[in-house]
This record gives sequence, C-alpha cells and structure tokens, in this order.
Amino acid sequence: MFAEFFVRALVAGLGVALVSGPLGCFVIWRRMAYFGETMAHASLLGVSLGLLLDLPLPPTVFATAVLVALALLGLERLGGLSTDALLGILSHASLALGLVAAALVPNLRVDLMSFLFGDILAVTWFDVAVVFGGGLGALGVLALFWRQLLASTVSPEIASAEGMKPGIARLILVVLVAAVVAVSIKIVGVLLITAMLVIPAATARRVSPSPEVMAVASSLCGMAAVVAGLFASLNFDLPPGPAIVAAALLVFLASLAVPRRLIMGSR
Amino acid sequence: MTRSLSSASAPSPSAAAAPLIEAAGLGVRRDGRWLVRNVSLSVRPGEIVTLIGPNGSGKSTTVKAMLGVLSADEGRIERRAGLKVGYVPQKLAVDWTLPLTVERMMRLVANHPRAAIEESLAATGVAHLVGAEMRNLSGGEFQRVLLARAIAGRPDLLVLDEPVQGVDFNGEVALYELIGRIRRETGCGILLVSHDLHIVMAETDTVICLNGHVCCQGPPRIVAESDEYARLFGPRARGALAVYAHHHDHAHLPDGRVVSVDTDGTVHDHLHDAACGCDGEGPSHHDHHHHHHHGGAHSHPPHGTGGEAA
Repeated sequence: MFAEFFVRALVAGLGVALVSGPLGCFVIWRRMAYFGETMAHASLLGVSLGLLLDLPLPPTVFATAVLVALALLGLERLGGLSTDALLGILSHASLALGLVAAALVPNLRVDLMSFLFGDILAVTWFDVAVVFGGGLGALGVLALFWRQLLASTVSPEIASAEGMKPGIARLILVVLVAAVVAVSIKIVGVLLITAMLVIPAATARRVSPSPEVMAVASSLCGMAAVVAGLFASLNFDLPPGPAIVAAALLVFLASLAVPRRLIMGSR
Repeated sequence: MTRSLSSASAPSPSAAAAPLIEAAGLGVRRDGRWLVRNVSLSVRPGEIVTLIGPNGSGKSTTVKAMLGVLSADEGRIERRAGLKVGYVPQKLAVDWTLPLTVERMMRLVANHPRAAIEESLAATGVAHLVGAEMRNLSGGEFQRVLLARAIAGRPDLLVLDEPVQGVDFNGEVALYELIGRIRRETGCGILLVSHDLHIVMAETDTVICLNGHVCCQGPPRIVAESDEYARLFGPRARGALAVYAHHHDHAHLPDGRVVSVDTDGTVHDHLHDAACGCDGEGPSHHDHHHHHHHGGAHSHPPHGTGGEAA
C-alpha cells in the first residue's frame, strides 16, 4: 500500500478539488479569476502575519484574505478606480507586504517557498481536517444559497427586482473564495491555487448542459487532476503542486478534442 | 344580475383599488447630476401604464428605482406588502461560460412546475425552444423567453423594459395582444417602458412621457380612431397599437434647461419649476405648441419594424 503521507496528500488534494470545482464555476462565470489571484496573495500576507505575530495560521490566513476582500468592496464603493485597477493594487500590495513581513520574522523556520508552490506531501491530518472543515462548510453555503447566487450571476437586476439580494450574494461568493484559497494555500500554493479554480471549471464548461452539471463536472475534473498529478509526482519525482496543475491542463486540452457537435449548447 | 364577463372587455383599473406600487417625488442622482427628478406615478391592479421618452430620459432609471434595483436619492416609494414582481430588464447578456438552457432560465429566481413553464413559453410563442441554450437565441426569441419567465410566477406587477425590442412588427403586435390578455386573465398591473414616442400599446390606460421629469401624461388614442394610422399599420394593428399625442407646455433645450412655451410659440427662458404644470392627476390638455427637442411632431412617421436592430 501507499505510505501514509501519500494518502494524506491524496485526501487533502481531493478535498481541495471537491470544493474548488463549484466555486471555480462562479469564478469564471463572474470573471473573478484576478480576484482569486488577489486572495492567494492576501493569504501569503496572512501566513507572514501569523508567523510574525505567532498566531494560529488557518484563522489568521482566512481573516487576512477576508479583510483584503472587504477592502476591495469598500474601495469599489468609493468609486474612481476600476475593479481591475483596485485588484492590481491590492494583489501586489499584499504580496509585497507579505514578503516584507516574512523578512521581519526572527529565525524563520518555515520555508516560504512551500507556500508559494504548496507542499502537499507534507500535509498533516490537521491540515486535512482544515481542508475538509472549510471546504464542506463552503459547499454547504453554496448549496444553501445556490439559486440566489446563480440568479444574481445571470442578472443582478432581475434578482434584485424580484426580491433577492445580489449584493449579499456577491459578499457570500467573495468570502467563500477567500476561505477556499486560505485553506488550499498549503496544498497547491499561492501561485497555483487560481489554476485549481479556473482550469477544472473551464474544462467542465465544454461538456455541461446546465450550471449544476458544470459544478459537479468541475469537481470531478479537479479530482482527476489531483489523482493523476500525485501519481505522476510519485512515479517521476515531480513537484506535486505543479504536477497537479499540469494534469488539470492535460484534462482541459483533452476536452478541446471533444467533437464540436457533442459540445452542449453549440449549434 | 348577470355576471360580467371579464374577457369581454378590459377591466378598467378601479380608481379605488390601492396602488401596487407608487412613487412620489422620485429622484435619482448620479455623479452630481439628476437622472430623473420629481417623478410621481403609480400602477394599480389591472392597470397598464406605459412610460415613453427619448433616449436618456430616465425611463429605465425610473423603473429600476421603483423596484429597488437602484437606490433613490429623493422621494418616496411605496409597494404593497408582499408584492410579487415579474421583471424583464432592458439589457441582459448571458456569459458564454454559463451553460443556461431556456428551461433552466425559466426557473432562475423561483422553481415552477414543468406545466407552468411550458404554458408560459407557449403563450409567448417559444414553446419549441424549451431545450435551447439562451446564448443561441435571436434577439426576438430572447425577449419572448424573458417575458415567459416573468409571467411564469404569476406576478402581481409585471415590469417590462422595452419588451418588444428585436421583435418584428407582427411579433410586436402579437406580444402586445399577449400582454393585454395577461392583464385581463390575471388582473396584474403592468408597467411598460417603450422606446417609441408616439405608438404605444392600445390597451394602455395611462401614457407617461418622461424626460428627466414627467412632461405630460394621459390616455392614448386607439389606432382605429385614426384613419391615417389605421392605413399605415394595417387591420391587424387596429386593436393592438395606439397613438399618443403629446401636450407639453415646455420645451427641453439641448443644454438641459427647461423652458415654458406659450401658445404663440414664444419661448420664455425662465427656470422651469419641477412640477411643470402637466404632471397632475389625469390627462392634461394644454393649448400649447408641441416643442420637444427630440423633434417628434405629431405626424412623425411610425416605426415600421417597431424595434431597434438587434
């Protein structure tokens, strides 16, 4: 059988893929990829702050990501700059501040590189519990508010006119992305987490007739990539995080070969 | 006593019935500019109110503010408690990354039984498209699906922002007939926004001409009463379309100023008070020349297609 560290890695990776699937669909439907990137950078700032102030990492990382997300919503209300420009500011400011804060940590015993590219083979059962705790919580919220979130994505105006709250829906999605990025950062790393949100969802789009099918298919594509990537990592001695994302890319490229006439929604 | 047949004639909105929705002195300001100001209007059960006005006159802004989609900066909006709204927005683009069939679109905000979905789609003439993807629909088909979605939930108030855009002339007549039928059968109130300044739905009870404020309002004149229009539109349109004659006591200058106009055509360049003298209760008829900066005279030729190119 496989070594325990490999089983832990597999379980943690499958957990990340499970929740990033449906959430990734919203990320591409609402064009939030750059926002995912910003959350990843904010998570790195969270890691540095946690190490600097000697705080428990998971809640510190999550709180930092949520604060940066709320800063974005606040700056948007202020007006004057596009969301794209604001994300550019927040994303790179978080990265820079994270690196500055890390440099201030005396006797840094943690390899920051492991947060940039992930260190899935080093995850503990505690990390696995964090992934599943945060992930299942996020999936529960998604399921509970699914109709609201989807309606607000298709048309905030219809949703609002017919009694829904698209502003709340947006806040929920922003917090969920922050949560999932924060719990996944140790698994796939700051630089690659957005790929786990975007690539499986984009793959699923080509074969999905409905938003619900796309959400499930996206999870399955991500899980396939985790399994393939980890086994490739084991057999060919590849870095696991990048191997998972490369596997996701291969699944996406394979989906491009699906004949056009079989693709849902094309004439 | 014989029971009145509700389908025999359109029930005239009872003045006694409380409004479904009412705006009083509504104003929306963005970036220091009033998009609309001092707009008062109401829709009662069974009443059809048509909002008309040139581009940028604030028609969509007004309905969005009334529905709470936009926040109003001035005035008061009252909605009947538990009011159920069906809304067709002016613009809606479905991102291509989102797989959305017509059937799924119908269940966007609330779930409906399959039979209700098929019935609504059949009513708007697109039952055959139930399995089609939204993004593959033509402009006219898209509008019909949006209308079907809005009526599927049996709303108390139907708000339609240019529902016939992209629909050809015969389709426009048919959709107006359908809207009239919905009103007769369900008794809902309807707030309709139209891009056409002179041709409105015949069953409209009140036309409100908007240009930043209410310029004038009143009932339309049905086409059958106007031989000229009846000839132009053909027999089919007789029951569906009507002509609205504007009666403005003021004109809008290109710089946004509003001036009063006398019977002899003299323009008085004094600042116009927001009430503008013709937005009171009921139809207003002033013996003033019609001065309107969009250049629409009463003999303005009607649009043959009834819609902007999609």
